[in-house]
Amino acid sequence: MTTTLEPTNNTEEVGAVESFTVTMQVRRYQPEFHEEAYWDTWTIEMYGTDRVLDALHKIKWEIDGTLTFRRSCAHGICGSDAMRINGVNRLACKVLLKDLDLSKPVTVEPIKGLPVEKDMIVDMEPFFQSYREIMPFLIADESREPTRERLQSAEARERFDDTTKCILCAACTSSCPVFWTDGQYFGPAAIVNAHRFIFDDRDEGGDMRLEVLNDKEGVWRCRTTFNCTEACPRGIQVTKAIAEVKQAILARNI
Amino acid sequence: MQVHKYDVVIVGAGGAGMRAAIEAGQRARTAVLTKLYPTRSHTGAAQGGMCAALANVEEDNWEWHTFDTVKGGDYIVDQDAAEVMAKEAIDAVLDLEKMGLPFNRTPEGKIDQRRFGGHTRDHGKAPVRRACYAADRTGHMILQTLYQNCVKHNVEFYNEFYVLDLLMVEEDATREDGTPYKQKRVAGVVSYELATGELHIFQAKSVVFATGGAGKVFKTTSNAHTLTGDGMAIAYRHGIPLEDMEFIQFHPTGLAGLGILLSEAARGEGGILRNADGERFMERYAPTIKDLAPRDIVARSMANEVREGRGAGPNKDYVLLDLTHLEPEHIDAKLPDITEFARTYLGVEPYTEPVPVFPTCHYVMGGIPTDIEANVLQDNDTRIPGLFAAGEVACVSVHGANRLGTNSLLDINVFGRRAGIYAAEYAKDADFVDLPENGENFLVNQIESLRSAEGTEKVGELRAELQEVMDANMQVFRTEESIRLAIDKIEELRERYKNVAVQDKGKRYNLDLLEGLELGYLLDIAEAMSVAALHRPESRGGHYREDYPDRDDENWMVHSMLYRDENAETEGVKGIRFDTKDVVMTRYEPMERKY
Ligand SMILES: Cc1cc2nc3c(=O)[nH]c(=O)nc-3n(C[C@H](O)[C@H](O)[C@H](O)COP(=O)(O)OP(=O)(O)OC[C@H]3O[C@@H](n4cnc5c(N)ncnc54)[C@H](O)[C@@H]3O)c2cc1C
Ligand code: SF4
Ligand code: FES
Repeated sequence: MTTTLEPTNNTEEVGAVESFTVTMQVRRYQPEFHEEAYWDTWTIEMYGTDRVLDALHKIKWEIDGTLTFRRSCAHGICGSDAMRINGVNRLACKVLLKDLDLSKPVTVEPIKGLPVEKDMIVDMEPFFQSYREIMPFLIADESREPTRERLQSAEARERFDDTTKCILCAACTSSCPVFWTDGQYFGPAAIVNAHRFIFDDRDEGGDMRLEVLNDKEGVWRCRTTFNCTEACPRGIQVTKAIAEVKQAILARNI
Repeated sequence: MQVHKYDVVIVGAGGAGMRAAIEAGQRARTAVLTKLYPTRSHTGAAQGGMCAALANVEEDNWEWHTFDTVKGGDYIVDQDAAEVMAKEAIDAVLDLEKMGLPFNRTPEGKIDQRRFGGHTRDHGKAPVRRACYAADRTGHMILQTLYQNCVKHNVEFYNEFYVLDLLMVEEDATREDGTPYKQKRVAGVVSYELATGELHIFQAKSVVFATGGAGKVFKTTSNAHTLTGDGMAIAYRHGIPLEDMEFIQFHPTGLAGLGILLSEAARGEGGILRNADGERFMERYAPTIKDLAPRDIVARSMANEVREGRGAGPNKDYVLLDLTHLEPEHIDAKLPDITEFARTYLGVEPYTEPVPVFPTCHYVMGGIPTDIEANVLQDNDTRIPGLFAAGEVACVSVHGANRLGTNSLLDINVFGRRAGIYAAEYAKDADFVDLPENGENFLVNQIESLRSAEGTEKVGELRAELQEVMDANMQVFRTEESIRLAIDKIEELRERYKNVAVQDKGKRYNLDLLEGLELGYLLDIAEAMSVAALHRPESRGGHYREDYPDRDDENWMVHSMLYRDENAETEGVKGIRFDTKDVVMTRYEPMERKY
């Protein structure tokens, strides 16, 4: 072939600079074949730009096709692959292997607090149920809608910018000790998404949402452990958002 | 097997599927079937913006937008469709704002707009600010906003339901001139529930396909692992043609070696492409609009720099995207996510260091042919009653040979909405088509044989080989020789695919099995792309033949239409019939495409 470029070789050539072996210790749950969960361990060769997701793919595609996990975008934008990596909640596609301590096995487990269905896959329904309960949509009087766009100042837009970043990955909610012990608790993600509307000056549903969150399973269950903020792959100040919602409830009660 | 009955079934919950669902859901009994949770769809990865001639920051109008779309698509755009899109763009953006989308704002509080490649004022005079945006996560905001409104309207979702087959029937019919033909009709779809492995039949009066693209045909791609061309391949297997499959967009700025996208907004905000010598090489290739030339031109220019030895890096195999002259605050305000990608995945600090980039497979311009009411066509002009398609899976065709940036988020909103409305309206007066007897058998057999196969081939291996060969031979430069190499390999892989086995024999969450089925789709789509590419001996938009470097309007100002047909052969490949379809021209005569 004379004229064709071969950009595919890039990864190998660049990657070849740095390759290393990694031991992956993965929590397995295969209810069709084993009643109990167990650990599997693989030692594989990986490269400098590889992420935990690449390691899981390597195992699935080359060694054990039964290893099961959700993923789609592979760059931290779809929220499919939150898992516990070395004991903390992370997106597998955002953790570079070379940033981990590779002298020990890298442990991978499903996120906690949601029913495990198979390997890394958990039932997300309870999580989305809480999300739906806070009415996660703009509530505004349609009869007063302008023909063009509603005006909103850049500052007003900035007020809720942080919480618009949420990708509903559940890393926060499933790192919350309150949620682990009380699955009824709305959890940080739902509160973050309520915050996104409560502080949007176009929205008129704030009172209704605050009422929902004032419930006994609402914001007051939060014990400010900061696990959620630490876990959020989008860098959202989750604990701060929860605090702002608490203040808003108090401000309205007065 | 469970059988469900709905007026409208929408397949896919990305931007196109959910925009359709909001309309259909308020008019007819609607279900949305999606292999991913809606918010996981790849629309969420779109960064830069959605264009509309709002004229919020400078003079603009939809006619200029139409012209840019037609010219950007290298004149193989259907101009009636482009007109509809550019006109309805304005309401599409305003609708999203009303649904709550948090657009960036101007100092006056209006929706802000920025520049994007190929969008110009007054027919190419200068770049125009037409892209509405929400930082560099416009697609994320669109996906979230549409999902939020689906929740508001109680849209019924079947999450992690893979649609793996269409249920179609054929009836004898006669055309107006008396010639007999087979009229296709849709009766429903067959779906696989990931959690249980059960099959479900959904009988529906209207079916809308909105399954997105097929970027995973290539190795270096900005597309998600799940974009495997399912909808296109399923339609194709039922004798529905695929239109313009040779036109694939390679986005100039993928992170080198990874393919993760850095939006064109980086250049819209002032970023500059440089070669190893630090030269702003786009000045040579597109003197007027330089770094903001359309994607196919920029991508080829970059690849050419590398080929001629001016690439950067230890292997001289990429070029550099330079943002270092921009204020860090400006970068943080306008491009936070993509600079974060550069830091996370390449360890490069964009404030101070240029970012290594190389073209990445980004978008499939072709797809299932539809008319401007999103109705799927079974040939050049015969509608399949009740079958609709919208978004990246469809080809209306508004993108022609090269899609302009920000025109896809627009496409999914305009034609997603249309698909929803027309699907619901059709369902209002239509009757259910009787389900074909044992219509699910094909799929049942396919799944059972894959699950129980003892073959020696592995899905992951075949897929990797396919992706390698496509990257090497079907990317921004193509020749007869390179395309032949791709086709030969694909034919080999199709043979080996018959001998593929999956390891997971279970029923619950068997993603191993589904990846096997997805590989089948990828092979079909790769074959269609390559055969179409070989059959078009000219260069146009994203399709660049080095052995035929000029555009040939006399012979090839036509859409290509590929059919699965056992009795036919095209370019030596059995089972494919080739046909052409005229391009709809309204006001613009083809001109040379210079920027
Ligand atoms: C990184 C990136 C950045 C981009 N930036 C821009 C931009 O700035 N501006 C712009 O205009 N365009 C942009 N694009 C293009 C644009 O985002 C996409 O073309 C568009 O979002 C596609 O939307 P869709 O609804 O057609 O498909 P998707 O959003 O991909 O949705 C596909 C849906 O189909 C479902 N599905 C697929 N197969 C099946 C099956 N077999 N059964 C059931 N469901 C199925 C999936 O679950 C998913 O819900 C970008 C694309 C990428 C990759
Ligand atoms: S707040 Fe952060 S961690 Fe929580 S769901 Fe949203 S993105 Fe994930
Ligand atoms: S795969 Fe999408 S967030 Fe990781």
